Amino acid sequence: MTNEFLLVFIIIPVLGFLISFFIPEKKESWLSWTAFTTVFLQLIVLCVFIFYWIINGSKDMNLFELSIVKTNDFDFFIDFYFDKVTAVYLFIGALLTSMITTYSRYYLHREKGYKRFFMTVLFFFLGYNLAILAGNFETLFIGWEIIGISSFLLIGFYRERYLPVKNAFKVFSIYRIGDVGIILAMWASHHLFHENITFIRLHNYELVNEHLQNHTLIGSFIALCLACAAAVKSAQVPFSSWLPRAMEGPTPSSAIFYGSLSVHLGAFLILRTMPFWEHQTSMRIAIGVMGFTTSIVTTLIARVQSSVKSQIAYSSISQIGLIFIEIALGFETLALIHIAGNTFLRTYQLLVSPSVVSYLIREQFYNFIPKETQKSIFSKKLENALYILSLNEFHLEKIIKIFLWNPLHTIGNKLNFLNLKKLFLLFLSTYIVGIITLYFKNEIPTIIINYLPELFATIGLVFVFKAFIERKSPFMAWLLIVFNHFWIVLAILFNEKVSYYEISLYIVGIIIAGIIGYLALLKLKSMEKRILLNQHSGHVYEHPKFAFFFLLAALGVTGFPITSTFIGEDLLFSHIESHQIILAFLVASSFVVSGIAGVRIYTRLFLGTHIKTYHELPYKSS
Amino acid sequence: MNATSLRFVEEVTLHKLSHFLPAQNPLKDFVHHNTLHAFQDKDFFTALQESSEIFGYKTFLPLSDFRNKLKNNEINSEVLYKIIYQKKGEDHFSEWKDFVLHKDYDEAIHPKIGKLRNLWKEKYAINLDKSTHSLLFRLLCSYLDQGISVWNFPIHKDGFLASIKELEKNGVFSIFSTSRAKTLLENNASIYKLLEILVGDGLYFENYLFDQQFSHPGWSGMVSTLENNPTSLLDERKITLKELITFELLLEIDTLDNKFGENWEPLITKINFDAENLFSQSPYSENIEVLSIWQEAFEWTFYNQALSGLQQQKTSLNKLDITPRFQGLFCMDDRECSFRRHIEYLEPNAKTFGTAAFFNFEFFYQPINGKFFTKLCPAPVTPKYLIKELPRKKKRAKDFHYNKKSHSLLFGWLISQTLGYTSAFKLFLNIFKPSMSPATSSSFKHLNKKSQLVIENTDANEQQDGLQIGFSVEEMAIRVENILKSIGLVENFAPIVYVVGHGATSVNNTHFAGYDCGACSGRPSSVNAKVLSFAANHEKVRKILAEKGVCIPNETQFLPALHDTTRDEIVFYDESLLSEKNKLHHAKNSEIFISALDNNAKERSRRFDTINSKESLTKVHEKIKNRSVSLFEPRPELNHATNAMCIVGRRSVSEHLFLDRRSFMNSFDYQIDPKGDYLAGILNAVAPVGGGINLEYYFSRVDNHKLGAGSKLPHNVMGLIGVANGIDGDLRPGLPSQMIEVHDPLRLLIVVEHFPEIVKYAITKVPATYEWFINNWVNLVALHPETKELFRFVNGEFEMYNPIPFDIKTINNSLEYAITSSENLNITLIK
Repeated sequence: MTNEFLLVFIIIPVLGFLISFFIPEKKESWLSWTAFTTVFLQLIVLCVFIFYWIINGSKDMNLFELSIVKTNDFDFFIDFYFDKVTAVYLFIGALLTSMITTYSRYYLHREKGYKRFFMTVLFFFLGYNLAILAGNFETLFIGWEIIGISSFLLIGFYRERYLPVKNAFKVFSIYRIGDVGIILAMWASHHLFHENITFIRLHNYELVNEHLQNHTLIGSFIALCLACAAAVKSAQVPFSSWLPRAMEGPTPSSAIFYGSLSVHLGAFLILRTMPFWEHQTSMRIAIGVMGFTTSIVTTLIARVQSSVKSQIAYSSISQIGLIFIEIALGFETLALIHIAGNTFLRTYQLLVSPSVVSYLIREQFYNFIPKETQKSIFSKKLENALYILSLNEFHLEKIIKIFLWNPLHTIGNKLNFLNLKKLFLLFLSTYIVGIITLYFKNEIPTIIINYLPELFATIGLVFVFKAFIERKSPFMAWLLIVFNHFWIVLAILFNEKVSYYEISLYIVGIIIAGIIGYLALLKLKSMEKRILLNQHSGHVYEHPKFAFFFLLAALGVTGFPITSTFIGEDLLFSHIESHQIILAFLVASSFVVSGIAGVRIYTRLFLGTHIKTYHELPYKSS
Repeated sequence: MNATSLRFVEEVTLHKLSHFLPAQNPLKDFVHHNTLHAFQDKDFFTALQESSEIFGYKTFLPLSDFRNKLKNNEINSEVLYKIIYQKKGEDHFSEWKDFVLHKDYDEAIHPKIGKLRNLWKEKYAINLDKSTHSLLFRLLCSYLDQGISVWNFPIHKDGFLASIKELEKNGVFSIFSTSRAKTLLENNASIYKLLEILVGDGLYFENYLFDQQFSHPGWSGMVSTLENNPTSLLDERKITLKELITFELLLEIDTLDNKFGENWEPLITKINFDAENLFSQSPYSENIEVLSIWQEAFEWTFYNQALSGLQQQKTSLNKLDITPRFQGLFCMDDRECSFRRHIEYLEPNAKTFGTAAFFNFEFFYQPINGKFFTKLCPAPVTPKYLIKELPRKKKRAKDFHYNKKSHSLLFGWLISQTLGYTSAFKLFLNIFKPSMSPATSSSFKHLNKKSQLVIENTDANEQQDGLQIGFSVEEMAIRVENILKSIGLVENFAPIVYVVGHGATSVNNTHFAGYDCGACSGRPSSVNAKVLSFAANHEKVRKILAEKGVCIPNETQFLPALHDTTRDEIVFYDESLLSEKNKLHHAKNSEIFISALDNNAKERSRRFDTINSKESLTKVHEKIKNRSVSLFEPRPELNHATNAMCIVGRRSVSEHLFLDRRSFMNSFDYQIDPKGDYLAGILNAVAPVGGGINLEYYFSRVDNHKLGAGSKLPHNVMGLIGVANGIDGDLRPGLPSQMIEVHDPLRLLIVVEHFPEIVKYAITKVPATYEWFINNWVNLVALHPETKELFRFVNGEFEMYNPIPFDIKTINNSLEYAITSSENLNITLIK
């Protein structure tokens, strides 16, 4: 059995996705059969593969697939890896997805967006397999991004209603914030290992240990970043509140992705990088404590939930908290068993959730016992206090808002004086000054030069903050996002070693997508007269294809892996020195926030309640 | 506008609000009703216009849909032109024809509701909904929860606000983030006071409250319904609309205080807002008139077919001397329409009757071990009787996947590693081989075959909770007499009279109650069938009946049964009580029922894309049964979809018509009721029940977003009382899109076989019933029993109606005809 075989598990979903792309909207059965065949084929092949793999001694496998860009000290390559963890996750994914596609075949019958649903599910499935099979951070990150965007599309499946759109965007934003962790971990590990480290190499204890011994700080930093990314994906405290809010799509998609697959990915990341941090006791304690806090807090929240789906969501999180503890304690196998059981259970519970009405009412009818409330004053007070706290989800939403979104608003609002003209002027004048300083770099004192990259990155970051909070002009928001990338380039250029090839790799994608997007906005404006960002406009109702086109541009301009920018991103990062941690943080943040801001433009213009009222429209509260 | 007329009086406004809010019961008691009941005192089309202009509902199909229907022949051009001609006369005909066919109208709706409260956004750039709704809904849902949460809302002593206050006294955490709201709550601030803080000017108070409550009509409607009808929750909760509003106002003050401190100005200061009366009269709209013309044309295209059919079909002699082989009483429900046709086709010598399937016995029912009573009669009736089940061994299947313990931390740890794996297996089974499970809501479970009931009351003092246990002989006799006379079954009794109730089976269906018998408050009608049979078989009852002129021969026996409309199965009760001779009859008859059900299943299958109706009877029936137990099937059956008419008359009027399951059918014999008093009784039920079902389908279809529940696929069960989208959404009353997508929004056409003057007498007897007819919420036609002339009820008078000549086809076999298409079929004569 050769390592090349691993590729099959990527090719099958890719083929399925591509085929379904060409099936016409009305051919329901073709679409569902394509989806089912794809996933079922994957399942069968996987089962056979795992069987042989176990017979052959279940040795870890690694496949160096493809080097995409190679420079002197940088190699961006795709790599796959297969071990016990991969096997379990792939199996769970294929099994559940195959059942869900069969289920949805009937369940979604006649639903508007049948094709969209199955394509998004296949896209998610592709991202999932890619992330699970990934042999290095870069490959994992591609899968990670695909999962993020397909989650956004699935949660916002009912795109004409306000709440799904709002929550889809909320979840997407939180996911992106988690991506800061992965980007920084990627960056730091480049510096730690001086190579694009593969997961299989992490199992080399001597290698890891040797590097860690000299750079304990970087080691902890990487582990912390990974833990943060994992906490976000697995909805650990304080990020928990996104999970119940993700339950906006059709029940089967909520069941499989947010009940199970998606939310266990955090645990996967931790398991995958276990060899890296298992010898750092402080990290193990940190992960354990996080798991413990999560399980206590969310189990309390779960107890007060009076809607079925949020109850299942929170009890699932509390189990994942336990899984984190198990992993921290080193019980890898137990964790895997627990993960599989929890995914199956929660998927099933969500799928049968509408049944609780008839089942529980019957239970109540025959077993009802009126409550007695006689307790001492003290315990009653304590109970009430805890009740209110749990009902408010321990204010997790608020905490996230205060720490993540409010600073963004405050800073972004500082640029409220801008209009399009002023923006151009400001950008051009300052940027030219920036280029001049770059040109005369050698004549400027080093002390100043040392701060300039950070300064320029900060300007870029402020630009995207403004893009993120822009309430009027989509053109302005769009340009701010595009300009931000120029600031990043400028900041990096202060480093000698950057070649024009690397820069062009990065910026060409941005420029193309930027121009396309800007033209698309002009076109939309000519069609709709007034396009504003202050509310959701729902233009997808009249222009579904156009909306899709714009989404692609928005993804392009934000570094989604559809243009060369995605690779350029990684490349530029390799030029940030290991001591420039602030610069790394600034750049990572502006990547992430520009992604959020780009998708926000799409969301505001195309999704949500349609501003034209000639057809039936939902309430804002639905 | 007169300012004093707008002065705020709390009670008046609250009353008005609860009148306009949706009036849907909690899920378990789901009963169809007219969604726009609040506008019923107005003419139908006026109501459509006003409700749309006030609340932003879409009340017609889009104009383009109508025009397409004309192209596809779903609307008959002759009918359309006739309507334009009648309304506009010769002079304006061509002008209006052009309007109707070609003119473009701006169909955008700019509702009056919400405009005032929207000023918060303009003035303060604050979105109050966003900051208050989520918490408000969560508190309401937790307070009203019937058994989802593990840890219940701590206190409910004196109602909602009292509980909140109690909860606030914990000393550590508060629901509010600022102190003023909390103090106001403690001091029992009145709505008026709170509105003074928030809005300022009393002129705008009512308007503001309407805006506020209609930003979440689902929860407000539920609260107002529960206030009026607290017993519809098993675990009762005290709550009033007043409390909800008070609390919501407090939350709003809290939000504003939190953002601006306590010194913000009320909404109406230094602002020029025209205090537009929400309910001021709507100006004339040409667009609405064009839509009304289309709507009528759409309706009369169908009506014209049906009426021509009724006129053209040959009525067999109404008095047969031969005793029928058997007789059957069915529900008037449109779903029984085809079942009855198939029975009559297979056994031409059988007679079927339709009536509201509570069978004139109104009571509460308590099954053995039941902790509560279940109402088994139309929702507005409050019975004084209780029917109890006698003790028997009973097992209720359980499913641990629904157990709350799976949500606890440690137990969940155990369960997820054990039960988790079986659930994967269970899911696999249910996807590839669906079967009955404890979660299935099955009609046959309502009454076990072996159940014994206490039906007869011998001592009026025998009471429980103020209800008399069982009916006395006299009470039974009156009810039996009335039902038999109203349906016209007073002679020629067959050896067996089947009393067939109906119910439905489904799984993963939150609206299961809407699938059962509407005349039994959303429950299967098997118990009622059993009670009627018992009464009609009772020796003493028969003696009294004989005195009243209804002689039931000794060998005649009434036999209760239940038809499952989803699975097309039937169960008979008390077969052991049949005489030896009747047992033989029954054995043969039941075969006919079984075959008729096969046929019925096949006929129904034509509407389901996933079933090939051309397959064999048994195969199709098997697939139909599978639908009812499949987790993934959002349409186990299509309920009342496509309903459009109701025939009140003898079966002979329509027995040779193929009505495509679109008609309610209530049996009635004008000869037995020359004065029209029984007819009045029937219409008192038919108008609100049939009309209610019909209009709920109408409105859920034309505006599935605001008046319907939207797609059921993303629904989340809230507190076992309602469904919402996601976890933060408002409750969604109305019907989900899966129930109404094949429905054509037509008003109900009630055809009564009687002389017009008698029909007029019958409808005017009760004012509430008359409202349905005079305001055109249902259409009414009298069919002259002797001449077969048709009289249409227009503006309070009957006018002769001559159908536009329509070539009605004659078919041999209704089943073969039915499965030719999955769309609506033309009405035909059956040979």
